[in-house]
Amino acid sequence: MAVAEFVIPELTEYTVVPKINPGAMDKVKSFVAPKGPQEYLGYPWELGADWKERAIDKMGDLLGKYRSLRVFMDACVHCGACTDKCHYFLGTADPNNMPVARQDLMRKVYRRYFTLPGKIAPWLVGAEDLTKDVLNQWYTYYHQCSECRRCSVYCPYGIDTAEVTMAGREILNHVGMGQKYSNEILVKVQKIGNNLGLPGPALEDTLLGLEEDIEADTGVPVKMPLDVEGAEILLVTPSADFFSEPHVESLIGYAKVFHAAGVSWTLSTKASEAGNFGLFNGNYETMQKVAMRIRDAALELGCKRIIVGECGHAWRVAYSFWNTLTGIGYGGEDPFSKKLQQQLDNRYPQPMHICEYTWDLIENGVLKFDKSLNDDRVITFHDSCNVARGSRMGNEPGGQFIIPRNIIKAVANNYQDMPSDTIGEVTFCCGGGGGLLTDDLIEVRVKGALPRMNAFNSVVQANGVNFLAMICAICKAQFTKVLPYYGFDRGQVGGVHQLVSTAIKLD
Amino acid sequence: MTSLTVIYTGLMYFATIILIVGIAYRIYEYSRTPAPLVIPTTPAPTTNSGVVLRLAREVVLFESLFKANKWIWIFGWLFHVGLALVLLRHIRYFQEPVWFWVEFVQPFGKYASFMMIAGLAGLWARRFLVDRVRYISTPSDHLMLALLIAIGVSGAMMTFVTHTDIVALKAFALGLVVFDLQPVPEDLLLLIHLGLVAVLMIIFPVSKLLHAPGIFFSPTRNQKDDPRTTRHIAPWAAALERDKV
Repeated sequence: MAVAEFVIPELTEYTVVPKINPGAMDKVKSFVAPKGPQEYLGYPWELGADWKERAIDKMGDLLGKYRSLRVFMDACVHCGACTDKCHYFLGTADPNNMPVARQDLMRKVYRRYFTLPGKIAPWLVGAEDLTKDVLNQWYTYYHQCSECRRCSVYCPYGIDTAEVTMAGREILNHVGMGQKYSNEILVKVQKIGNNLGLPGPALEDTLLGLEEDIEADTGVPVKMPLDVEGAEILLVTPSADFFSEPHVESLIGYAKVFHAAGVSWTLSTKASEAGNFGLFNGNYETMQKVAMRIRDAALELGCKRIIVGECGHAWRVAYSFWNTLTGIGYGGEDPFSKKLQQQLDNRYPQPMHICEYTWDLIENGVLKFDKSLNDDRVITFHDSCNVARGSRMGNEPGGQFIIPRNIIKAVANNYQDMPSDTIGEVTFCCGGGGGLLTDDLIEVRVKGALPRMNAFNSVVQANGVNFLAMICAICKAQFTKVLPYYGFDRGQVGGVHQLVSTAIKLD
Repeated sequence: MTSLTVIYTGLMYFATIILIVGIAYRIYEYSRTPAPLVIPTTPAPTTNSGVVLRLAREVVLFESLFKANKWIWIFGWLFHVGLALVLLRHIRYFQEPVWFWVEFVQPFGKYASFMMIAGLAGLWARRFLVDRVRYISTPSDHLMLALLIAIGVSGAMMTFVTHTDIVALKAFALGLVVFDLQPVPEDLLLLIHLGLVAVLMIIFPVSKLLHAPGIFFSPTRNQKDDPRTTRHIAPWAAALERDKV
């Protein structure tokens, strides 16, 4: 591991709220996107002479299209309830990483150009002109927010900084300052079909290889079907599941579950990506284009059920937005929705999370496990932010916390939760989400992970926990990279279906 | 009719119009702006009555704030509850005869003024004593607290220290309501109090006081969590779709 060029925070028993250190992270700048991806996405790639007018124009446009942005710009009273809640502030002490301050970077410009007091007495209400310095601040700090929504839990009005960050990035893209990492991914998913740029033949080859591995390992010919027309279930999973460790262990887990259930299922080259970075950039049209691939694949293959694999933000988009964006779900009365609805099996929610699917099978006694095969693991579960604060599983609110834990307890004997003020609704983001999972932001990622690392460490020390389980591809990539910085072994990171895969009894 | 009465009568009517028209306009703006995506902060209620309860808990108990920070919660809640009781007590100046529950609330309203001022003082102290809050506090944040405290203190002084001619005051207030204009009592403390209240009413629709109507329009609190069973789509998005199909 390369020597870090920044100071790695020390682990402490409780995460301490630091004293503010202005400017601590103001030199951080994620690589800016070059012409190629910007042009493909329909954006400029450098600031034009009219960048300021374009930016203010776009802000006005977004204020008219999103009630969230409009209300959040007006409703903040600067109470400070959110100031100590963001993992990036807790890890960096940079006051612009306090949610209210991050929002104020935009709110001060909003007040200047869109409110009466801001126009006539800006100094009174903290209103500021939009200058190049402010634009650079936006770029810096809107790429130090993972859009995890933790702040929105604590705000008396539910102000969600993620909505402001999304708007900020859309305005930045609109004037020619896009982020290389996210925008290149958005090009790959639209041109090739998934975020990693894995073409169809490579995917097919990978799956065949995995089938051989599973049979060699278990003696059972578990299949990984691809593009099978008429299959009952379409599984859409993050492309990292095909390619990365420990993600691929979960993919193997899903295949074993489907095998044990005896259902016909398929993956799809067209829908080979659950992830949707259109969410992170706050662009409705892009998010919709990326999501439409799933609808198109489902219609082409004639599937009756759509199930999503272990991916955090993908599940938020799938659960909360697919019905709106692509008609995957129920309740639509229009031709666009009905076309897909009539094909889907309305005995089941659409889409479903693989954990909902697996838990149903466990509850009905369909799956059998030898829990002792997981005995060398003392497991804790990390609630991923988008799952926790942007989705649901099952029929009751909060099912997204209960169902994955139930699965773990059904397949393993040793389970221990991290401190209650770090999990569930108030879970700490892994620090790598929202378009920040790139090496040019490694300092932000390592420091942002501090609160979760403190919580993990507390159960490592007190209970001998040696396995951090999660259901998000970004969290898995982030933690495998960041755990070593804090002295932990990257092998301690894994998926819930990895645990299922270890213990499941196949005939 | 003295010029003071003319000024204060005009001021109170002007402030009232700005307050009502301003807030109505904001509410119209918020309700007309679409919320295209289902974004309640989960776990969230899945039914309409669940949402009503969630909003009620926020507005009455300040539930999220309680989770966030007990100090801001206690000071903020004391201030708001105190203010509510004080305002209810003030209804007596605008009614004749006075409703029985307004009579009943009189002693609570009087002592609630202390709660109100104590809460405000605590909130203002935080803006100096806590580095994170100092950093985000603008001049208008300080001035807003100063304004509210001055209103509270001037009002409390009239109740507990130097009594105003409340018979004349009631005649003036009632006169404004029924458009039978009466002279404003020429009491310095009262004139300060009324002037500051007018300022508060005038700035309400262009200030952060919009958090009051705003919370009811916050999508992270007022939306149901039922996106798989109900297709939520904004008119502009539906139009795009109609053009595509």
